[in-house]
Amino acid sequence: MVIGLQHYLILSAVLFSIGLYGVLAKRNAVIILMCVELMLNAVNITLVAFSRYVVPAMLTGQVFAIFVIVVAAAEVAVGLAIIFAIYRGLEDIDVSKINLLKW
Amino acid sequence: MPHQFIWLIFLLPLFSFIIIGFFVRPFVRAESKLAGYITILSIGGSLALSVWALFAVMAAPHHEIPVPDVTWAVIEDGVTIHLGLIMDSLTAVMLIVVTVVSLMVQIYSQGYMQGDPGYHRYYAWMSLFTASMIGLVMADNLLFLFVFWEMVGLCSYLLIGFWFHKPSAADAAKKAFIVTRLGDFGFLAGILLLYLNTGTFDIYELHELAIAGALAGTTLTWAAIGIFAGAVGKSAQFPLHVWLPDAMEGPTPVSALIHAATMVAAGVFLVARMFPLFEHSTEALTTVAIIGGITAIFAASMGLVMNDIKRVLAYSTISQLGYMMLGLGAGGVAIGIWHLFNHAFFKALLFLGAGSVNHATGTFDMRLMGGLRKYMPWTYLTFVIASLSISGIWPLSGFWSKDEILINTFAHQPVLFYLAMITVFMTAFYMFRAVFMTFGGEYRGGEPSAHGHEGHHGQPHESPRVMTIPLMILAALSILSGLWNVTGHFGAFMGHGETHGFFTGLFHPFTQPLPWISLILAGSGILLAYAMYRKSWISPERIGSMFKPLYTLFYRKYWFDELYENIIVRNALLKGLFAGFEQFDNHVVDGAVNGVAGGAIVSGRAIRHAQTGQLQLYGLFIGIGILAIIFVIYFFG
Repeated sequence: MVIGLQHYLILSAVLFSIGLYGVLAKRNAVIILMCVELMLNAVNITLVAFSRYVVPAMLTGQVFAIFVIVVAAAEVAVGLAIIFAIYRGLEDIDVSKINLLKW
Repeated sequence: MPHQFIWLIFLLPLFSFIIIGFFVRPFVRAESKLAGYITILSIGGSLALSVWALFAVMAAPHHEIPVPDVTWAVIEDGVTIHLGLIMDSLTAVMLIVVTVVSLMVQIYSQGYMQGDPGYHRYYAWMSLFTASMIGLVMADNLLFLFVFWEMVGLCSYLLIGFWFHKPSAADAAKKAFIVTRLGDFGFLAGILLLYLNTGTFDIYELHELAIAGALAGTTLTWAAIGIFAGAVGKSAQFPLHVWLPDAMEGPTPVSALIHAATMVAAGVFLVARMFPLFEHSTEALTTVAIIGGITAIFAASMGLVMNDIKRVLAYSTISQLGYMMLGLGAGGVAIGIWHLFNHAFFKALLFLGAGSVNHATGTFDMRLMGGLRKYMPWTYLTFVIASLSISGIWPLSGFWSKDEILINTFAHQPVLFYLAMITVFMTAFYMFRAVFMTFGGEYRGGEPSAHGHEGHHGQPHESPRVMTIPLMILAALSILSGLWNVTGHFGAFMGHGETHGFFTGLFHPFTQPLPWISLILAGSGILLAYAMYRKSWISPERIGSMFKPLYTLFYRKYWFDELYENIIVRNALLKGLFAGFEQFDNHVVDGAVNGVAGGAIVSGRAIRHAQTGQLQLYGLFIGIGILAIIFVIYFFG
């Protein structure tokens, strides 16, 4: 079996969907953050795959992926800090209880 | 006569109002008599010019001086409204009436209103009142006339409610304003009906259209009746007479002006001014005569039993206005205006006399007066002259105009003639009842004043010269004004081709049966009053209890006040119509407003459950939304 572009894309879609499911369904904020990472990494796979298969002579996709990793690292840092702050206030990181943004 | 001077007749009192209202009242101390002098001077000027105008009109061809008019307003579609003046015999006579009576009243007021805190305000309104009435009699189109018509109504409102701190005065002012407004509604409707059918407001053009027959039939009748409705309100004719007796709440000189020359005369004048319209509609003219005839006897009957001297005079005015309407309806312009002319002088005199009596005794209740003949000889003398005149005693002025009306009524409206004859008797009786109760017998004490003058204890005294001199002048006019028409001069001067006057000389009445009958009726009225109230040969109480139901009916004024106030206003209007409006306002109007707000609240309450605060749920919806968009684009895009 020759591994082609479509396999990478399917893997990426599966990972993205798992991440999306986690973001929408999980209660634990840390797990949600991890799922966000999963989605970002699914995107990275797509970027690198396209770069490798569509324009092999250029590294645009790889560079983009590195940017995403940087942003993801920053996002995790901020996200964990927020979760930490919420935990201090609520003694809990269950997102269903973080519902002050309502009537 | 240059037309600038004709304009000045109207403008002088208006300037006086502006000067007093804007400069004298704010800047001159209250004790100063400046406002009165300005008013007297300006109205005196108007009087002089009016006399000039009268002679100029007499000399002019067709008794008419054309005055160039000024464009007031141009509305699109080419509707132009002119401000113009009429100067014909009717206007000239009315000007004399208005300015003479007003001048006398203003001079008298210098004494009567002395020391009143509202002195300047009083003269400002009086000037405006006179100016409005002068404008009314001179206006040459109905729209212009209507403006002054309403201004006269406004001024009478302000002056009746002059002592507005008294609730009764404030109520009387409102009553006068609202009741006359009912008639004005008809007047305005009549004006609009005429305009819609002819396209003009100009009085002379309307006259010509009516004479030419271009304006005829039911349109003319309804327009004339609408105009007459305005006159009924203003001239306090049945059934809108209820405001005039209450209008006594104002200062007495105001009553004199309202009753003699301004306010109530406006209604009679209006019918006279629009007379060609009435003349060409038998129905309208008959309506005028019938309403006038009914009012004359109806009001006189109430005057028989009143104890307040001003109320007696008020009912007498209504009754005499009824005569004028009857004269217009049965005889024509000359007859009706002739009575208006004479009535103005003796009625002003009667009211000023009543004011003088009040000045001395501090009351208007005749039961508390008596014996004033000794203390107030001039007031007594002039009051008796006026009473004789209004009763129609030869050769005083009232005789000439009243008998002229009677003769014409006999010829044209035989049924109303009998009512008018009974009224002659009643008039003589109630006037001399007032004379004997006020001036005859012994003084019965008076009362602390109701209108702010203080120190009326002890002996009553004659009023100061400034008050008695106008009385004397008016008394002289009450005697002499009738002589104008003894040989039909007045009728010929007013002449629009109608009766010029029946009598042909000072002693001519005695060759006719009718004047004899009316003189005998008037004489027996005076005699009965003498017997009942001077000599007590007949006890008024006995008569009163003998005709108890009738007495009660008169004394309670046919329950008209109760009918209007309790049944129509309180029940039909307040509980019926206005309650309906209130329901509409509360439920429909407020319901719509509150419903919109309530709907927003209810829908918000329902929809807010979507806002859970769960970001994940929001994310889910965003995801579903994106999927839906992709789906739509994929399959339908």
